Amino acid sequence: MGLFDRHAGLLDVYRDVRTTGADPFQIRMERVLSPTEAIINGKKCLTVGTNNYFGLTFDPSCMQAAIDAILAEGTGTTGSRIANGSYSEHVALEEEIAAFYGKKHCMVFTTGYQANLGVISTLVGPEDFLLIDADSHASIYDACKQTQAEVVRFKHNDPGSLDARLRRLKERDEGDKPGNRLVVLEGIYSMLGDSAPLKEFIEVCKKYGAYVLVDEAHSLGALGENGRGLCEAAGVLDDCHFIVGTFSKTLGAIGGYCVSNDPDFDILRVTVRAYMFTASLPPSIVASVRQALRVVKARPELRKQLWDNVATLYDGLAAQGFKLGPEHGPVVGVHLPDRMIAIGFWRAMLDAGIYVNVAVPPATPNGVSLLRCSLCAVHTREQLEHMIEVMTGIGRQMGVLAPKLRAAG
Amino acid sequence: MAEICTQLDAFRSDDAQVIRGATVISKDLSIDSLAVMDMIMELEDRFDVSIPMNTVAEIHTVDELADTILKLAARR
Repeated sequence: MGLFDRHAGLLDVYRDVRTTGADPFQIRMERVLSPTEAIINGKKCLTVGTNNYFGLTFDPSCMQAAIDAILAEGTGTTGSRIANGSYSEHVALEEEIAAFYGKKHCMVFTTGYQANLGVISTLVGPEDFLLIDADSHASIYDACKQTQAEVVRFKHNDPGSLDARLRRLKERDEGDKPGNRLVVLEGIYSMLGDSAPLKEFIEVCKKYGAYVLVDEAHSLGALGENGRGLCEAAGVLDDCHFIVGTFSKTLGAIGGYCVSNDPDFDILRVTVRAYMFTASLPPSIVASVRQALRVVKARPELRKQLWDNVATLYDGLAAQGFKLGPEHGPVVGVHLPDRMIAIGFWRAMLDAGIYVNVAVPPATPNGVSLLRCSLCAVHTREQLEHMIEVMTGIGRQMGVLAPKLRAAG
Repeated sequence: MAEICTQLDAFRSDDAQVIRGATVISKDLSIDSLAVMDMIMELEDRFDVSIPMNTVAEIHTVDELADTILKLAARR
C-alpha cells in the first residue's frame, strides 16, 4: 500500500475533471490587471470569483501604505510575536480593530484560517462542548479535530436544531458540573452566500448559557451600518462573545483576527499554538490592512455599490431561470445538476472570458455542484450584464436552462 | 435496529447492498464522510440523542451505530 493509495478515489475524480481540458484547481492568473480583470490563458478575463468585495487590492492609498512600510521596516518579521516581539504596527492594528467593534481586546493572526483554527480549538477543552453549523468552513472543522472538547453538529441555519442539541446536553449533565458550550456561526456562508438567523441563534444560546463565536470572514464590510458584519446588522454585537474575521477579502490582503470583551482574553497569546508558532504578518500587510480599514470606515458607498451589484447579478440570473442560493449575498452560488456539468460550464465561461470559482463535493454542502461567483463593489453594470448574457447562452446550450421561448405573435 | 436500517436506507447509494447489522457504513453504503455526518444528524433527532463527532469516528458498522444510540438513549 503506497502513501497515495488512500487518495485513489479522489485521483479518479480529479482525472475526470481534467478531461474537460482545464484544471479549475490549478488556474494560472498570468497577470492580474485590476480587482475585476486578469489575463488567463493569454486572454483578458472578467474576474467574478476573487472575494475582493470592495476592490481594495488596487486602492492607491492601501498600495502606498504597503510600499512605505516596506521601505521603513523591511519585507518580513522573520518570526513569531512570542519569540521575536511585536512591531508597533501589529499592536496599533489590534487596537484599531478592537475599537472598530467597540470591544476591549483583539488578537491578529497570520491568516483567517489560523484565527479560526487556533481560537476555536483552544477556547474549549476536555469536558466542554463545541457546537458547529453543518455547513461550517473547513477551518472550523479542522479546529474540531484539534480540540479535546466533544463536537456536536447542528443543521445549517436552524436555531431549532441547535436548541435540541443544547437541551440534550443539559439533560445529560443534570446534577454534574456542566462543561462550557461554545456555538460557532458564520456571518455569511462562503458557498451559497446565505446569512445565519443570528438573532434567533443568540436567543437559543442565551437560554442555555452558551458562548457565541461568529466568523465574519465574508461579511466584514458587506453587512451592518458600519460594515462590522452580521453581528452589527442583527443588532447583537454585545451578545457575541468572540468575533473572528479575515483581512484577505474586503480588506484586500491576508491575515485574521479575533475580538472579545473577555478580561482574560490575552491569555490566548500564550496558549493558541496557531498564533505562537508561526511568523507574524509582515509590515507591508499590516500597513495596507490598517489603511483598508480606514477606507471601509470612510467610504460606505462601497457597501452600497457592492449590494447594487449583488442585485444586478442575482436578479439577472434568477430571471433567466438559474437556480441560486437562498438569498442575496456578496457570494452568488449557481446550482448545477452535477460535477461534470459544473466543470464544463466553468470551462465554457473561461473560454468566453469570465472567471468564476467552481465548487464541487466534498467542498460543498449536501453534495451540490456550484459555480461560485463573488462580487466586487467596482464591477460595472455592463460587466455584470455581459456575464448574465454569456451564462444564459451557455446555460441554454448545455441544456441547464430551458430553450428560449419565441414571443407569441 | 429496524428503525435505524430504514433511516439509513434513504442515504444508501443505488448500487449498494441491503443493509444489515454488519454493514460497514461508509464502505458498503458508498457514501462519503459528509453524508455520514448528515445521516447521523437525522438519527440524532429521530432518537433524541447527541452523538459527538469524536464518537462517530469510532463507529464503523450499523451494529456499532445502534449500540451507541442505545447507550446514549439509556443515559437520559
